[in-house]
Amino acid sequence: MSQVSKSTQINSSSGSNQRGFHLPQLSLSKYAPLIALIILIVLSAMASEHFLIPRNITNVLRQVSYTGIIALGMTFVIIAGGIDLSVGSMIALIGVLVVMLLNYLGDGWTAVTLAIGASVVLGVIFGAINGLITVKGRVAAFIATLATMSVYRSLTLYISDAGEVVSRNTFYPEVGGGYWLSIPIPVWLFLGLAIIGHLILRHSAYGRHVCAVGSNAKVASYSAININRVYFLTFVIAGITVGIAAVMLSSRLNSVSPGDAGLFYELDVIAAVVIGGTSLSGGKGTIWGTVIGAIILGIINNMLNLLGVSPYLQGTVKGLVILIAVLMQFQKNRT
Amino acid sequence: MMSKPQTALLELRHIHKSFGAVQVLHDINVSLVAGEVLGILGENGAGKSTLLKIISGIYHASSGEVCVDGKVVSIKDASSAKALGIAMIPQEFNLIPSLNVFENIFLGNELKRHGWLDKRTMREKTQSLMALLETQLPSDAMIEDLSVAQKQMVEIAKALVNDARILIMDEPTTVLTAQEADVLFALVDKLKAKGVTVLFISHKLKEVKRLCDRLLIMRDGEVVALEKVSELDEHDMARLMVGRELSQVFPAKTVGGQELALNVSGLTVPNLLSDINLQVHCGEVLGIAGLMGSGRTETAEAIMGLRKRSQGQIEVFGEVVNIKSLQDAVEHKLAYLSEDRQGSGLIMNFDLSENITLISLNKYKKGLIQHQKTRERAEHYRKLFSIKTETVSTPLVNLSGGNQQKVYLSKWMDTEPKILILDEPTRGIDVNTKKEIYHFIRELTEQGIAVIVISSEMEEVIGLAHRVMVMREGKVQGELCGADINEQQIMYLAAGLREQQDSNNAQGKRA
Repeated sequence: MSQVSKSTQINSSSGSNQRGFHLPQLSLSKYAPLIALIILIVLSAMASEHFLIPRNITNVLRQVSYTGIIALGMTFVIIAGGIDLSVGSMIALIGVLVVMLLNYLGDGWTAVTLAIGASVVLGVIFGAINGLITVKGRVAAFIATLATMSVYRSLTLYISDAGEVVSRNTFYPEVGGGYWLSIPIPVWLFLGLAIIGHLILRHSAYGRHVCAVGSNAKVASYSAININRVYFLTFVIAGITVGIAAVMLSSRLNSVSPGDAGLFYELDVIAAVVIGGTSLSGGKGTIWGTVIGAIILGIINNMLNLLGVSPYLQGTVKGLVILIAVLMQFQKNRT
Repeated sequence: MMSKPQTALLELRHIHKSFGAVQVLHDINVSLVAGEVLGILGENGAGKSTLLKIISGIYHASSGEVCVDGKVVSIKDASSAKALGIAMIPQEFNLIPSLNVFENIFLGNELKRHGWLDKRTMREKTQSLMALLETQLPSDAMIEDLSVAQKQMVEIAKALVNDARILIMDEPTTVLTAQEADVLFALVDKLKAKGVTVLFISHKLKEVKRLCDRLLIMRDGEVVALEKVSELDEHDMARLMVGRELSQVFPAKTVGGQELALNVSGLTVPNLLSDINLQVHCGEVLGIAGLMGSGRTETAEAIMGLRKRSQGQIEVFGEVVNIKSLQDAVEHKLAYLSEDRQGSGLIMNFDLSENITLISLNKYKKGLIQHQKTRERAEHYRKLFSIKTETVSTPLVNLSGGNQQKVYLSKWMDTEPKILILDEPTRGIDVNTKKEIYHFIRELTEQGIAVIVISSEMEEVIGLAHRVMVMREGKVQGELCGADINEQQIMYLAAGLREQQDSNNAQGKRA
């Protein structure tokens, strides 16, 4: 951990030295998500006295962690130049399958452990299907995952007969509903996975290759990088994060409702990544940006609730925030 | 300085330009009359492109005036430049590949009749433009189906249709073959006769000499000479650009080694290459010459595993190797610098150290990437090649072409190759950097590295190579060595005017 923070410090300090005269402008855009988050927190604290109550904060973080975990995987997909629209359907499908597996395995921690392992494996499989269609079939990621989004959702409904699937395992709810040091387990996982994600993206050869493929696939292939493998694996990574999020979500409620679970998650996930400063055209992005992007979205949702704004209007606000984030990115690219 | 027979068409007065604290142009004064061709010379980073961008409205001068027809004008953007009759043919073409020739030519200025597109008139006008340019190009040809030279013609036609009086050409011949360049020169002569003023940037001193009336030589953002071409010879030009004497552009050749490094036989790629045989020895430079499309690049790509070959055997140091991908080639210590530095060589938003270690990243891994080590390595190359940049964390976009090429070379040198293939290693690079690269190639041969140089520049092949293989239409047309390596012999072979007489001998040697 300490090693990580040290090396990021080195990065940022050398980054500001070289930029010389146009330092203020560039560092502003680099830290824009963080600045936006701070402003949002201050505004929220002023607007509602309930906002800074610890219970509210942990609630926001828990809400955020489900989409946030998936957003970590999505960051890889988007940096490599792809997109995954199927994550919302995939979380429902994995959730249903895992709960059914649990009920088949019976009660006890062993069953829970097996189910968690199974959900990660399922994430790998469904992610790999997305990856194979895009890489081997040479289908644009947008189209490929639009198709699997429909397929995964439909399978979810078919398997569950469109009825809620309830777990009979008594230990399972403790996974997603539990706390450690009075912070919810999913939040810990979100944090831990963010650190792993950051290490992979910034400090591993694979992460470097993901950025290279997203920046310029031809240069990457002329640099002895197996671009198909790199691209394929981003979908697998996204699948793994969906698998983990599926456990968190289904265990928290101890049930999955196949029609609603994960509905429109792809929107929130992509929004978190984009708000965090990752370029939708690929090549550039950070994990910490995505974490902040997810938290920003969570706080906005929370504030709209606290302020009593009609839930029907929340989509409008979210849409506007996404638009602003993307517009800011374009401004950045233009200068 | 010069007597003015008529009002200047374009006049620059005391142009200064700074980016932040960095001054890139200092007090530029030029005055051009109609029909004059001005050559602009300078090393990479001398400020040529910045100057042209000010004239064409992409940048704005920090101070100074631009006058057209004697009147001070303010060129705010590309469209106000267009209104003044200023057109730029960029190095990277601005054509839309999925539209056809006339649609591109009239893009943004579509002719209309009763509110609908008047395609007939646009086609007719395109045809008359093509006739003027002496090009047989159907107005309905798709841009994506055209050759580079044809695309350039379309760009020129696009400039002319807007009645350009001042035409700016930024290194137009780098992408052309010798014959195509001749067509372009004839065209410039014709435009000149019509009263069009041409600003012509080039690194090729010969063509500047051939084409231009006057020369503007820049160094470090200043004008160091503004002279009639007749008063300068190529030697002067090079000296003025660099600011010191350029002794010997090409270093003396080494003796060349005996040990066979690479032996390719029967290399065939369907529709592109047939039965290519070539050998390179340690410490030797093999030149590959030929016209565009003769299969030079494809040969390199097939050797490197970037193209699937249907037949052929590759031996590296006497051992038959099966290279199926670029990864395999790298493993066998082969390296290949593509001709397309920006398109397939470097990642422009990565910094120096990220680019240099992209292929060799595994060397710097201990579980995680050791960033400090990669930066130290990049620093090593920065010093070795004297790459001009503030730090190794500078993104590549901020580097000039010559410095980018040095980074590209560093990137492949970091894989510690034994066989190095360089495809157009000095395209778009100034004289001084060229010389540095030539000397570096010599150093490599001294270290026993086998080098293949693919080049369209005759001098380069002649100056560097121990042997020259000339290709034509996907085949080896002949091989030259020793005193036979000269421009005439190469051209004869490249143009297919004759088969090499002693080709049987060469075949015999190979067998």
